[in-house]
Amino acid sequence: MSQQTIVPDSEHAPPDSPPGDARPTRGDSSPARNFGKGFLVKLAIVALIDAVGLYGILTAIAVEQWAIMAFLALALVAVNWIYFSRRTLPAKYLLPGLLFLLVYVVFTAAYTGYVAFTNYGDGHNSTKQDAVAAILAQNEQRVEGSAAFPLTVLSRDDQLAFAIVRDGEALVGTAEDPLAPAQGAKVEADRVTEVPDWQVLGFAEIAQRQQEIVGLRVPASDDPADGSLRTQDASTGYLYESVMAYDEDADTMTNTQTGVVYSPNEHGQFQAEDGSTISPGWRVTVGFENFTRAFSDDRLRGPFIEIFLWNFAFALFSVLSTFVLGLFLAVVFNDPRVRGRKLLRALLILPYAVPAFLSALVWKGMLNTRSGFLNQVILGGADIGWLSDPWLAKLSVLGVNLWLGFPYMFIVCTGALQSIPSDVYESARMDGAKPWRLMRSITLPLLMVSVAPLLVASFAFNFNNFSLIYMLTGGGPNFVGTPVVIGHTDILISMVYSIAFESGLKQYGFASALSILIFLLVGAISWWGFRRTRRLEEL
Amino acid sequence: MRRSIPAFAAVLGLALTLTACGSDSDGGTAETTAPAGGEETTAPALTGTLTMWVDETRIDVMKPIVEQFQTETGVKVDLVQKVSGDIRTDFVSQVPTGEGPDVIIGAHDWTGEFVNNGVVAPIQLGDKAEEFSTSAVQAFTYDGQIYGAPYAIENIALVRNNAILPETKATTFDELVAEGKAAGKTYSVLIQQGDQGDAYHLYPLQTSFDAPIFTQDADGSYTSELGLGGENGDKFATYLQKLGQEKVLDPALGGDQVKEAFLAGESPYIVTGPWYTTEFTNAGLDISVLPVPSAGGSEAKPFVGVQGAFISAKSKNPVLANEFVTNFLTTEAVQTELYKAGGRLPALKTAAAKVDDPVLAGFNEAGATGAPMPSIPEMGAMWQFWGTTQVQIIGGQATDPAGAWNTMVTNMQGAIDSAS
Repeated sequence: MSQQTIVPDSEHAPPDSPPGDARPTRGDSSPARNFGKGFLVKLAIVALIDAVGLYGILTAIAVEQWAIMAFLALALVAVNWIYFSRRTLPAKYLLPGLLFLLVYVVFTAAYTGYVAFTNYGDGHNSTKQDAVAAILAQNEQRVEGSAAFPLTVLSRDDQLAFAIVRDGEALVGTAEDPLAPAQGAKVEADRVTEVPDWQVLGFAEIAQRQQEIVGLRVPASDDPADGSLRTQDASTGYLYESVMAYDEDADTMTNTQTGVVYSPNEHGQFQAEDGSTISPGWRVTVGFENFTRAFSDDRLRGPFIEIFLWNFAFALFSVLSTFVLGLFLAVVFNDPRVRGRKLLRALLILPYAVPAFLSALVWKGMLNTRSGFLNQVILGGADIGWLSDPWLAKLSVLGVNLWLGFPYMFIVCTGALQSIPSDVYESARMDGAKPWRLMRSITLPLLMVSVAPLLVASFAFNFNNFSLIYMLTGGGPNFVGTPVVIGHTDILISMVYSIAFESGLKQYGFASALSILIFLLVGAISWWGFRRTRRLEEL
Repeated sequence: MRRSIPAFAAVLGLALTLTACGSDSDGGTAETTAPAGGEETTAPALTGTLTMWVDETRIDVMKPIVEQFQTETGVKVDLVQKVSGDIRTDFVSQVPTGEGPDVIIGAHDWTGEFVNNGVVAPIQLGDKAEEFSTSAVQAFTYDGQIYGAPYAIENIALVRNNAILPETKATTFDELVAEGKAAGKTYSVLIQQGDQGDAYHLYPLQTSFDAPIFTQDADGSYTSELGLGGENGDKFATYLQKLGQEKVLDPALGGDQVKEAFLAGESPYIVTGPWYTTEFTNAGLDISVLPVPSAGGSEAKPFVGVQGAFISAKSKNPVLANEFVTNFLTTEAVQTELYKAGGRLPALKTAAAKVDDPVLAGFNEAGATGAPMPSIPEMGAMWQFWGTTQVQIIGGQATDPAGAWNTMVTNMQGAIDSAS
């Protein structure tokens, strides 16, 4: 490991590195030109990466994901160039991190940003093409009182046809030619079994041409009002009529029964002049609408302030309480006079080892008013609504978060305490400092240098501590009579979840916009916090 | 030569991270290609592959049926298990990308969301529609079209522990509570609630006050008009407050708590569904299933839930999917087999008539007049307002029950209006 760290330095002040102009002569000693064992291993590894990458590119092409394909291709070119070029030493170290940054951070952030400007969500789930297809399919109705026909699928020169028996007569029709009597057709039990010049399709061929068969509409007669024959299972046909007709040139949807014409509106839906719309719609960009809605929706305004304040209080008290308890325990167990310190420390870290959402669920059970462990066993059958009273619920949330969070602070503070040199304490004691004075003037300032940034990070984490709220209280107890169902322990992020997902219609666009707003808020607080902590380092 | 060591180490480290990264992003695409790209190129000799999604609560029931379908038709079925919490959302988001399944097994109240997003195709049951119980077909009907083939029906009813009370004389819910209290156990009648409320389990009581969630047409289908407001709604709200004050209903009693309490013999009665009765009988309890007595004078009608199969709007195998959903799943033999494996009443009338299990027959009788849960996409918001308000009335946070109920109706109307 130590050798690795030498290399970047060697760029600047290398004891044995070649000066720039001497490179050509010393070329052979470069790992890029050194065809020794190391080179072979590198070759094998890069070849492996290339193989995997190439497989990814081919797969991306197969599913027509051009963006992924382009990214993989660029990444592969970059990998090959960087690891076989002699001039790209720093890049050799930076590339893996950069790729991770692109995939996990930049892409997700950019995609959230993009979705925030669209109306993606329930009712606007896909492309316009899909929406048109869905509207047409949903508005095909079986002609009232029409029969079910045992149906045979025929083909001739790649053209498909349906054959049925109506009033004892065998009829054949294609997409262009309406159903007409077929001469010489054989019929068995109401089903056509043979038609001259046509080939009857078997199950295997039907399976090969499924979409064609299901998409085929055979007009019942020259009069469009009679409807058309179609099938879904290739063995039974029904007469259908289309209620909606799509005019591709005019880009309008027409209701053939009422004559109402629907044109696409700005929100990705077909809309009639009277304002009525057809569902489903499609995804379009809507500009800043999602952002302005966050501030203009009357239904959100009332409880928003209360949730905002609670969110701050929750994050602040969580950090303070966990830090104070964690620090206290760290100081206690840092004292050499305590016996069995290792065991006790290990035990204290246990809550940290259990997944937080699991602990939250367990606590939820223990805090239940009627059957909870706390009321039943510890308080001897008390009837305290730990999670149903607004203030007690807030207290419970903070309490559970203290249980979940103090081991982290304990570990951090223990580490920081052990890094404070003991001679500082010795000299202070020589000067006559009492324990409290030691704590205030030496331990805390030195501790804060390393711990303060972590407190800011912990604040940011707790500000968006969704899983705890969601699992423990679900935001409840809910406010009485608010037009959106949110509760006394909801924080901003769980409020967003509740509004954007649980209120029936999922609104990804709106949720993305709100989460960006929350990000800006947390980002600003953290930036301010980190600036403040820098002052501590100047001690 | 010395310098080749760190370089080698760097390359190795990089390769490891890169392969991890590469295989990760690659795994995502490979996984999704398998159903789409892989099958189209399968040899013509095979008749095709059908991809089907089912969640962990239904997979054990579907497995033998799917195997039977494979042997009968030669169509290979790729049965994919999804997590019950995600299956619905995943279906909505993945069908448009072409990576969804051909068929999805689920509950009827998903219909509205699926139709609203254009991810399911209408199916044609034809004359078979009449062979199903009316509510089962109605459940999968949305805007006049049928979108799923039903196979099982479930609803809640009153379950009695025969060891505590051998018979029920009560004809009203008040009498039932009195009877339950006379039995001298901890609880009289258990109805699960929980902190967020549970409007589903209170619905029989609510309908007995003639306050259904939406008003119904003559043929039993829902209109878009809320029916739970008005005078009847006020009466029901007041009744809820009374039950809350008497501690018959308790927000602290969620699903797990009532189940444990009933199993422990702490209550003679519980209002619940077939999902818990199997546990009761397995635990050796002697139980009877009865209709819920009326609280408000009219008949108490529970919600009916229906299980069925949908076909994706973008299925690449529409014929095979229809073969399975409309022709295979709807046969009496298959419906009977599904009943035996799943313990739910078959949706097909001829298969249901042959069910001789007294517990299921009791549920059948209790749900005979029940209407299916509405499946409109706004139901999510309805459930939230509904349960929250009920639990606030029961718990006493809402001191004016009729007022709280009316606010709820206004909010529900607001949610419907803002969505459309």
